[in-house]
Amino acid sequence: MAYKISYGDSTYVRQADDSVLDTLLAQGIDIPHSCRSGVCQSCLMQALEGVPSEAAQAGLKSTYRAKAYFLACCWYPEEDVVVKLPNTADSAVAATISEIEPLNHNVVRLRLIADKPFDAIAGQHLTLITPHNVARSYSIANVPDEEAYIELHVRVIANGKLSSWLLHEAKTGMAVYLRGPAGECFYVAEDEKNFPIILAGTGTGLAPLLGIARDALRQGHRGDIHLFHGALKPEDLYLVEYLQALSDRYAHFNYTPCVLHGLDGKFYVRGDIQELVVADIADKKNTRIYLCGAPELVNSLKKKVFLAGASLAHIYHDAFLPSK
Amino acid sequence: MTASLYEKLGGEEAVSAAVDIFYRKVLADDRVNYFFDNIDMDRQAAKQKAFLTMVFGGPNNYTGKDMREAHKPLVEKGLNDTHVDVIIEHLGATLKELGVADEDIQQVADIANSVRDDVLNR
Ligand SMILES: Cc1cc2nc3c(=O)[nH]c(=O)nc-3n(C[C@H](O)[C@H](O)[C@H](O)COP(=O)(O)OP(=O)(O)OC[C@H]3O[C@@H](n4cnc5c(N)ncnc54)[C@H](O)[C@@H]3O)c2cc1C
Ligand code: HEM
Ligand code: FES
Repeated sequence: MAYKISYGDSTYVRQADDSVLDTLLAQGIDIPHSCRSGVCQSCLMQALEGVPSEAAQAGLKSTYRAKAYFLACCWYPEEDVVVKLPNTADSAVAATISEIEPLNHNVVRLRLIADKPFDAIAGQHLTLITPHNVARSYSIANVPDEEAYIELHVRVIANGKLSSWLLHEAKTGMAVYLRGPAGECFYVAEDEKNFPIILAGTGTGLAPLLGIARDALRQGHRGDIHLFHGALKPEDLYLVEYLQALSDRYAHFNYTPCVLHGLDGKFYVRGDIQELVVADIADKKNTRIYLCGAPELVNSLKKKVFLAGASLAHIYHDAFLPSK
Repeated sequence: MTASLYEKLGGEEAVSAAVDIFYRKVLADDRVNYFFDNIDMDRQAAKQKAFLTMVFGGPNNYTGKDMREAHKPLVEKGLNDTHVDVIIEHLGATLKELGVADEDIQQVADIANSVRDDVLNR
């Protein structure tokens, strides 16, 4: 049985293994997308006819579900459906770029001021939509409740669509759109805020980890907080002085920059972040572990900390899946 | 009575307590862990819960056909009696760690064994 997908003025037949996204892209229709795995939410669409499956709405906030929004990469409708791209004004919040600042040779800090309240928790991610309709996910690196802006750390990828826009076209004062937020990787104040926290990531995986650490400190977390930031080379680290100052200010906040191909006797520790993290887990039962950044690292470390005794329910993670 | 076994073991809470210990043993064991390699850990943990609920004699809707289908790709990769024995061994060790009595462990192993043929698609 073949099912039809109507979009705009046309109707297409969905092949058995194709999602709505696959079907429309195969017709040369430009639907924003990135991970194709149901994680980044950049392929958000709306169903005008048909009922999106559970899987196609997984992780969407309730206001999106209520409007029959769905993730096009995850819907394999078994009925004839009519779909459209969501109206930007309904599904997204306009924001203005207030700062673009390099943090090191390949990471740029982007600060945005949303026109309307954008209720996000530090560590969640949002979808940034450029004026050219490129949509990519970025994690929230600050505590938006405390500051008037939302801070993102963007790693610049050679020839990346969003990266190129950021390098060559983006300017302060420019308008963009934000969608979301989404994600479960954030600080949860439970158990009298006494548990130890380990945060670990490489590259811009630091962004959500920094947001989570600051959120925990702000909420008066009492257990130890240990942030590990891993890099291949020393110049890949960033915000080093800021994080050192933060650890000077809070006795229970520790910061360990670590460099795989580094030297001994430097401001960082030489070594493999995975080994350092596993060795740091003392209270196996209670430690909350946050892992963010490159998918290979997140998945490998997740397995290692679990085998080392950490409870699966206490491991939070956000893998930065690249576009496909 | 299997329903009472599930309650005797502590119901859903017992399953939650057992899942971390059991899954850790399975992932650390080279005799069986390659069957679990390509599966997302969080999704897998949910399936381990389903497995434990079932062998604890708890409420589940799995049919023999479901068990055949779930394990069919594994049988194609070589799943055999030895692997089932290893899983039952880890199950026993997990329950022992949690202080479950030997006779109850035996009952759990019996339930696991009762679906052996379905799991192995025989
Ligand atoms: C939940 C989530 C949170 C994220 N948070 C952040 C964040 O806080 N900061 C951040 O910098 N990024 C984050 N990302 C990644 C981000 O969404 C983009 O994928 C990334 O910025 C690249 O976008 P681009 O348009 O510049 O490059 P694209 O045009 O998407 O990519 C160009 C090419 O490079 C490849 N590529 C992209 N990224 C990589 C990579 N890391 N390694 C190797 N090849 C790659 C792509 O497959 C493609 O072939 C997150 C992703 C997800 C899913
Ligand atoms: C001893 C009897 C066993 C029982 C009662 C059992 C039970 C189950 C159950 C209930 C599921 C979940 C099915 C679903 O919801 O999709 C499952 C899945 C699975 N089982 Fe078993 N199992 C047994 C033996 C084994 C063995 C010996 C192995 C491998 C060494 C194994 C590997 C798996 C894997 C990898 C999955 C996930 C499959 C998938 O996600 O596609 N099982 N099992
Ligand atoms: S969620 Fe569909 S492309 Fe990422």
